[in-house]
Amino acid sequence: MTETTEKPIKACELDPKFKYEISKMPGGEKVNRCFQCGTCTSDCPIARFSETYRPRQIIRMTQLGLRDRVLKSDTLWLCAACFTCTDRCPQNVEVASVIRVLRNLAAEKGFVPQVFKEEAASILESGYAYRIPELRLKKRETLGLPPLPKGNPESIKKTLKETSFFKCAEKKWT
Amino acid sequence: MAECKYLMFLGCAIPYRVAAYEISARKVLKRLGVDLVEMPEFNCCGLPLDPVSHETMLVLAARNLAMAEQKGLDIITLCPGCAGTLKKVSKMLKENKHECEEVNSRLKEAGLEFKGTVTAKHLLQVLIDDVGLKKIKETVVRPLTNVKVAEHNGCHILRPKEYIGYDDPEDPKTLKTLIEATGATCLDYMDETECCGAPSVGVNDKIALQLARDKLNHIKTVDAQAMITICPFCHIMYDTNELRIEKMFNEVYGIPILHYPQLLGLAMGMSPDELAFNELRVDCSRIIGKICEGGK
Repeated sequence: MTETTEKPIKACELDPKFKYEISKMPGGEKVNRCFQCGTCTSDCPIARFSETYRPRQIIRMTQLGLRDRVLKSDTLWLCAACFTCTDRCPQNVEVASVIRVLRNLAAEKGFVPQVFKEEAASILESGYAYRIPELRLKKRETLGLPPLPKGNPESIKKTLKETSFFKCAEKKWT
Repeated sequence: MAECKYLMFLGCAIPYRVAAYEISARKVLKRLGVDLVEMPEFNCCGLPLDPVSHETMLVLAARNLAMAEQKGLDIITLCPGCAGTLKKVSKMLKENKHECEEVNSRLKEAGLEFKGTVTAKHLLQVLIDDVGLKKIKETVVRPLTNVKVAEHNGCHILRPKEYIGYDDPEDPKTLKTLIEATGATCLDYMDETECCGAPSVGVNDKIALQLARDKLNHIKTVDAQAMITICPFCHIMYDTNELRIEKMFNEVYGIPILHYPQLLGLAMGMSPDELAFNELRVDCSRIIGKICEGGK
């Protein structure tokens, strides 16, 4: 069984408001339509190779209100955002977007894999998701390519300064 | 063909490590009469941060769109992730007034405003819709008639259908049609529309590599001489990792991974050097030999 279902569920863990909270967020609106058919999991390329990642299970846990288990789960971050589940869901649940909503909530609580922390830091420093080395920028010239557009991180910071993302990123999600 | 002029949007992955795609795309677009205008300023499309903060993604994407609006030109991207994100955000903000106001209140801090007057298109869409197959075929001077390849679309050019949808995500035709315009044969294979695994690199490398391996296996089964990609991330996933996958799973592939404009450029008579084939990791000498001999 998966790591998230190993421990028995206690009634006090269930938060009946959680599903409504999710359904008010852009992308999460249709979470309560899911009737657990399993199309998402059976078509998921990640689920084929992962012992733990099951989109259907994440949706069910959300409906049940297992807030902490869902948000603290590492498996939440395995979704490759290929959107196969979203396109094929017979109930039109935007499964990949529900997972994104859950990840956003997890991130606010500081649960973010290192790779995303690095991309966030790079965007705030340079405007680009990767730190493009000076050497590569110079090489563009020898390859006959025009200069890379400036990232203008100062302007980006101005637009983001009031967001909870910026506050989390500044504190490095601690 | 009407005047074809676009703002070039590179995104992050291409300038970071996929120069061959940019070089070949620029050469091919020039030959086809597509005018590329360079921007002094652009930033990440926002997609990499969507998992962490949807709001941040919206602001970053809208910021790019607002800058493009000031130039009054539509955007062309080489990356499906960038095209999909810019297209999706433009549609979302136009349909949701409240969200649009929120985003604009943030952009105001940097003296910008999203109005929704420009759109973004991926290279593939520009080629098929604006340039047109007829014109592409006219530029083919070395038809690749003895070449058999497999396409790999990648996810964000196809899905989610609601936002991207100019091709059928279950049975896409655009890339196939464009490959066949070069004279090459595009082979069908199992699970053609599946993910390359790249987004899972860094979270779980083993799963990501298993996904890539599956694709390479299917392509090997149909004896494709190369895989053709249109996404910088998919290209990195296969070209950079093919040797690693071969070692890890004790397989032999030797399948070159070409950017579509490299294939088209060869058909247009350009040399492998001009099209930056030297930037590719997997050895391409066999297919290049075949094309340069076969086309004579």
